[in-house]
Amino acid sequence: MAGLASNRQIEHLLRRAGFGARPDEIDSYSGQSYLDVVNALIHYEDTPDVVDSFIGQPGYVNVTSTAGGFSPQSNIAHARQRWLFRMIHGDRPLQEKMTLFWHNHFATGYTKIAGALGTAEGARYMAAKSTEGAGKVRGQLEMLRDNALGNFRDILLNIARDTAMLVWLDGRTNTKNNPQENFAREIMELFTVGVGHYTESDVYAGARVFTGWNLQRPGTAADGSQHYEFVYNAGNHETTAKTFSFPIYADGNRTIPARSASNGMQDGLDLIDALAANPNTGRYLATKLYRFFVREFGDVDQEFVGAIANVYDQSRYDMRQVMRAVLLSTQFRDEASMFTRYSWPVEFVIRSIKDIGWRGFSVNDALTPMASMGQTLYEPPDVSGWDAGQTWFSTGAMLARMNFAASLAMNQKFNLATAGKPHGASPESLLAYFLDQLATPPLDTNVAAELETYLRATGPWTGSDAQLQSKCAGLVHLIAGLPEYQLV
Amino acid sequence: MRVTRRQFVKGGVAAFTVTFAAPEFLSDLARAQGARGRNLVVLYLSGGNDSLSMLIPYNDPFYTSRRPTLAVPAANVLQVGTDSSRVPLGLHPRLTGLRQIFDAGRLAFVQRTGYPNQSRSHFQGTDIWSTADPNNSSGLGWIGRYLDSLPSPVDPLVGWNTTSSLPHVLQSAHSAVPAIASTGGYGFQSPNTGSEAAAERGAAVRISSHLPLNQPELSFVYGSAAAALATLDRVALVNAYTPSAAYPNTGLGLALRAVAGAMAKSIGTRVFYVTTGGFDNHSQQNVNAANGAYYTLMATLNDALLAFYNDLNNQGLLGDTMLVSFSEFGRRITENGSGGTDHGAASVMMVMGGRVNGGLYGTAPNLNTDPKNPTLENNAGDVTFETDFRSVYARVADGWLGADSVRLLGGDFRKSSLTFI
Repeated sequence: MAGLASNRQIEHLLRRAGFGARPDEIDSYSGQSYLDVVNALIHYEDTPDVVDSFIGQPGYVNVTSTAGGFSPQSNIAHARQRWLFRMIHGDRPLQEKMTLFWHNHFATGYTKIAGALGTAEGARYMAAKSTEGAGKVRGQLEMLRDNALGNFRDILLNIARDTAMLVWLDGRTNTKNNPQENFAREIMELFTVGVGHYTESDVYAGARVFTGWNLQRPGTAADGSQHYEFVYNAGNHETTAKTFSFPIYADGNRTIPARSASNGMQDGLDLIDALAANPNTGRYLATKLYRFFVREFGDVDQEFVGAIANVYDQSRYDMRQVMRAVLLSTQFRDEASMFTRYSWPVEFVIRSIKDIGWRGFSVNDALTPMASMGQTLYEPPDVSGWDAGQTWFSTGAMLARMNFAASLAMNQKFNLATAGKPHGASPESLLAYFLDQLATPPLDTNVAAELETYLRATGPWTGSDAQLQSKCAGLVHLIAGLPEYQLV
Repeated sequence: MRVTRRQFVKGGVAAFTVTFAAPEFLSDLARAQGARGRNLVVLYLSGGNDSLSMLIPYNDPFYTSRRPTLAVPAANVLQVGTDSSRVPLGLHPRLTGLRQIFDAGRLAFVQRTGYPNQSRSHFQGTDIWSTADPNNSSGLGWIGRYLDSLPSPVDPLVGWNTTSSLPHVLQSAHSAVPAIASTGGYGFQSPNTGSEAAAERGAAVRISSHLPLNQPELSFVYGSAAAALATLDRVALVNAYTPSAAYPNTGLGLALRAVAGAMAKSIGTRVFYVTTGGFDNHSQQNVNAANGAYYTLMATLNDALLAFYNDLNNQGLLGDTMLVSFSEFGRRITENGSGGTDHGAASVMMVMGGRVNGGLYGTAPNLNTDPKNPTLENNAGDVTFETDFRSVYARVADGWLGADSVRLLGGDFRKSSLTFI
């Protein structure tokens, strides 16, 4: 770990713990040791969170607003653009990446919230900042972003009280006479211990535990402060004892005792504590972190899972320490781990924008292509999140990636020609330049030869401005559309 | 870019290879492998369909008592007769088109389909129905395995998935099933025009032919790119399709319209995958009110299937077509306090087509809350299965696809009473 981190290592770190690297990001991290770079990534509070103030400023990627202005707190398409903007221009890459990880982990879909509460309210409970509006609503994504490297137990508690989640998994209708199983099932199956580590009767008991974890609507319509928020409704709580198949308390006791309704909220707190502390939770998270950050191909490294689960347990669920251990692990740092993940559509889109350029491009024009690639932010397909892996690479989705590369290259045609001009003496030098700009795992010689053949097609090489304008854009389109470029 | 079996074994690729013919052979291959041959449409009702609200045992007193707000009044159901256990059944009142198809003898319902120890997880349940393997649901999809069993080389358009991502049921070792959510956007774009754009497309096609056999994960992406580029021109034909029936402007309607177009244009596809979602009604299921959640689901299903049926019938393609529906689970019998239903067990499958022997297969559950009720499980909370879903798959495989179901499903699930084909 002594010595300076190489550019290859920095790029690997930023592809995984971020969304690729802008040229200035590489510059700012080079000259540091690997440990320093990791520390900078995980202690992101040391970097001011000012990215939102750059939205609409010259020199940055554009956003496209509608008649009422740019309103990410009430318009989901604007909220999607704001998040993409942060991924491109933010200087806290790991915070943004962990936010995406949690968004997928606690996968909540805007459409159901909007269907229940209306479109503006749906966007608000998904994406508003607490400073945006008199109701001081902090949307689910902002909560996850604030806790991106927080304590997992706190994240669970926040999620259990989150307005969007209470609508999404129907907790708002969970009452003593009619316990609602939806949240209880998913908190065990998908958020903590995973399939095989709980029983159906645990689901039923869990539903009763969370009876009364509902919504209320304080504030007034007149001043715009009216909003939905969590309330523990003692009258809706079921007070009898609840027994589980796994320990709830440190002494091994599996039963949450009967409690008065007024004290009944403690049931849910006890269950959340128990699930955070359950040894299967650390292993479940470690496995997901391995697949998301370290390696998607091949078997999950059980030594890694054991080590990371151990950090999780020892640190009492501190995700900052967990992620520090992930990024410093030999498995992550192994050269053989580079380019062993299929990029998610959002990773591909942001990375290609960082690599190809953004001036004059609007992130709004990435939204429809991303849907065709299979990923709409704030709209995971279901509570288990995106399927990821090979499911990203249906023919239609691959075509959508190639076509996004084409439209971005067309948009950046002049900038690309300007950038390529100093390297335009020969097809070889131009190819070498752009392969350096758009990093891939080593290309097969036949594939590299096809790229060069393309540069030589349609006429002799002159390096003229006109030729560079078509060839630079065409080449960048082909490189960003390569299967190799889809790996991160 | 043909990869022989020998090269495959020699290359040691475990995960994926592509066995496409060169593009110039595609049209011959299409004719040989499927044009005007038999088509299978797999329809996934995503979220866990409450089949008790679709095919309704309306005279069961427990149906009404356990569903005080969700039960459809007996007077409103569309009666379809009684099953072999003499239980009178009716369709949801919005399914007028399906009743019409049922009356024409071209729609079969297979009641109480499921499997032992049914998973109540969306995720695991969908994997199990997709792989047809309750014990190991992480393998290839059962349709994917069927495609792998076809004689090589396989036309890359042999399958067509109308969603944008690849569903588990179509995951295959050798075929990159095209995902064509919209035929309009399925084209090759370029930052340039004319000969420059053509040169790019040529380069992309040649690049995709250099399959990296020693890197199976990368090969998979190469296979997708190659299949996309090889099928663009034929898919474009479907854009020119004019249906003979009006399809509703819903996701399902548009998907089935494209499927009918692919069949009518004889582009060679044999297996289609279509999905429609929204069935996870934990709250406000609203079975009865027009515009209610479940009522709308039934409207979407009914209108799209009826248009598809009529269109194929008009085009003389109905006899070549079979549609099979599934959902990951049925729902809890007793409604919950949110006016919805929670995750349950067995459900109902539908089979529709021009050569289908329509009718009611299997028997309805008795909804009596007696914990010993043999048609229920989970303390009489959920419907227990009577017909293993793999028996339905087996019939489809043997009787329609001409496959060997024992090999395809890894066991003998044939059930002689399933005579829907």
